[in-house]
Amino acid sequence: MHREELAARAAEHQRRLDGFAHHILVCAGLGCPDNEAIIAALRRAVAERQMENRVLVRKAGCMGLCALGPIVLIQPGEIAYQTVRPDDAAAIVASLGQEPVQRLLLPPDLPFFARQHKNVLALSGRIDPESIDDYLAAGGYGALLTVLTGMRPVDVVRSIQESGLRGRGGAGYPTGLKWATVAKATGDRKYLICNGDEGDPGAFMDRSILESTPHAVLEGMIIAAYAVGASQGYIYVRAEYPLAVKRLRLAIREAERSNLLGRAICGSGFDLTLQIRLGAGAFVCGEETALIESVEGRRGIPRPRPPYPAEKGLWGCPTLINNVETYANIPPIVRNGAAWFAALGTDRSKGTKVFALTGKIRHTGLVEVPMGISLREIIFDIGGGIPDGHALKAVQTGGPSGGCIPADFLDTPVSYESLHELGSIMGSGGMIVIDETSSMIDVVRYFMEFCMEESCGKCVPCRAGTAQIHRLLTRFQERRATAADLAMLESLCDLVKHASLCGLGQSAPNPVLSTLRYFRQEYLDRMVPAEPDGEVQP
Amino acid sequence: MTTPILTLTIDGRPVSGLATETVLQVAGENGIAIPTLCFLDGLSATGACRLCMVEIEGSAKLHPACVTPIQEGMVVTTQSERLRSYRRAIVQLLFAERNHVCAVCVSNGHCELQDLARELGIDHIDFPGRYPALAVDASHSRFVLDHNRCVLCTRCVRVCAEIEGAHTWDVKNRGIRSQIVADLDTPWGTSTTCTGCGKCVHVCPTGALSEKGRSVAEMQKKRPALPYLVANRAEERR
Repeated sequence: MHREELAARAAEHQRRLDGFAHHILVCAGLGCPDNEAIIAALRRAVAERQMENRVLVRKAGCMGLCALGPIVLIQPGEIAYQTVRPDDAAAIVASLGQEPVQRLLLPPDLPFFARQHKNVLALSGRIDPESIDDYLAAGGYGALLTVLTGMRPVDVVRSIQESGLRGRGGAGYPTGLKWATVAKATGDRKYLICNGDEGDPGAFMDRSILESTPHAVLEGMIIAAYAVGASQGYIYVRAEYPLAVKRLRLAIREAERSNLLGRAICGSGFDLTLQIRLGAGAFVCGEETALIESVEGRRGIPRPRPPYPAEKGLWGCPTLINNVETYANIPPIVRNGAAWFAALGTDRSKGTKVFALTGKIRHTGLVEVPMGISLREIIFDIGGGIPDGHALKAVQTGGPSGGCIPADFLDTPVSYESLHELGSIMGSGGMIVIDETSSMIDVVRYFMEFCMEESCGKCVPCRAGTAQIHRLLTRFQERRATAADLAMLESLCDLVKHASLCGLGQSAPNPVLSTLRYFRQEYLDRMVPAEPDGEVQP
Repeated sequence: MTTPILTLTIDGRPVSGLATETVLQVAGENGIAIPTLCFLDGLSATGACRLCMVEIEGSAKLHPACVTPIQEGMVVTTQSERLRSYRRAIVQLLFAERNHVCAVCVSNGHCELQDLARELGIDHIDFPGRYPALAVDASHSRFVLDHNRCVLCTRCVRVCAEIEGAHTWDVKNRGIRSQIVADLDTPWGTSTTCTGCGKCVHVCPTGALSEKGRSVAEMQKKRPALPYLVANRAEERR
């Protein structure tokens, strides 16, 4: 389809949408219970009142406030209802054009919504994820057309470099630099991969993006493929995300039908095929080289780097591999310009970042904020603070690879550098809030158990080291640890961090190291005097 | 196109090598010993055991010598207090991981794990043993697989896939529960792909793979055969 055809199709769909006096959007993510029943009940209520021509009930992506979901949004008017049940449908439909249903109403000025800066999530919850027309009508694929009709690949790469975008998967590698490396790599065949193997406990950013705006990820990937010269791409998604997979499949099919994927995309000379590969639930397959092994059909174990995938990746060819959220950032950057993106955030961490708020926090859910915002604003203003009158003890960022940041550092601006300085990492964006009722030893032992279970078993420090660290943490948990155990814990953490093969092992000790730094007393409180010499330990 | 020859410094000694060679190869050619376990000349290098880690000037990270190509002007340190303590810890972790009881092992006296311990001056294990309950697969008519002695170096997996071309061996499970399996986790004796060549037995660094009928300390492996085999094959292909 050419530019004009797409524009006409978008305009026609918009006319159809404008024909309805009221739009009822229902949050239809994996985490919202009963949303299909709610949609059915709303449609029934609309039919009973014979308002089918005036009211459109649509499923929408995630609206972010999972703690109060499912959320139903009425437009025009931006009226949002919380924790809606199917039997609320009649009241909601009856109130259309009249006073809103007070008992379900979310306060319109809730800081949760007001304080966010939506860029990647801008269309999430606003459009039907299963309709390409909805995405087109909202300006979708416009960035792709801009690129295909007016930019050379080198211009796209330069634009991404100038934007300062850094990888949203965890390590924060400059995206533009990665693209430039793959673009310059020689070889007839190059590949493109989207890493959707989100595995950190408490992280659901990528799932939500894939479920809410699958076309935005595709658009980002198509632009990336054009920029680096790839003609074949894979999206690696966890099989545990059935809804994301279903919507991605549909999105790929619809994009193919509309000539946004396939041969001679939109009349240009550029071809791209995208395929889905399902992960079987191994955390280590989020590591790029293990993911590549898995796509190739082998056991998902990391390869030594270098060579990096940009040079030798999938089937030995230069491969661009980016995370879901990174690709979703591309269309807005192309649409609004690199300067717009670079103006957001801090000096070295640009743009916005999606965080998944979980743990002891009132507004569990998904938020998008500009880089540089303080942890305090995220947790207390947007997240609504700690429930049940408890006090904040620590924030765990970056999942099992990250660290625990104590309450004293709440005013730190969130950026790749500042979190690293505090002994944690940005990670993919999981943020677990811990209150004073939790023991840090329990938290850390949980994460170490996760790393031990998820270690691939290839390299010795990670395979055997995490098991020994886990044993030591169990001794602390059971209040049987000695000073010798503490010394051994510290030396093992040093070994696993510096001698492991891949990022999983290298970052596995981070939760222990950060709590030894900030919550050492909790370790000391759980120690017993050393056993006398000569006595055999149990 | 000729391969460039590069010069570098290893442990203070100026050495040279082809650009395609690794730090481990060049060190070996010059008589500089770097401890290894998963590496075996003739098989692909995987960088899994982490014993050959070396320091490279200008890099904060440690680098596995077996997969690190040499570079012009590189300054490599293969022995330092830090490297030694890591190597000692790694070997001890291996001893504590499974049931390595040298006194009753077929490979006692001819075991690479034992040699490493001796070289590194390990006379006791700091970590408590995990003592997992593991099986012995004696279903094969000529060979035995004893998981208790396995260090998961995957030499058997690689020699079977890369040299014999049978790919009978692979690894099942993850992390600390990883285990070598024949075919799709079948007793070795019932494997339909195993050719009975015995290469896996002879590349195994410990007593995990041995010939039947060998008693304590009797299992001596014929390791030097592999590089000749590989060299001869490369010759034939030419």
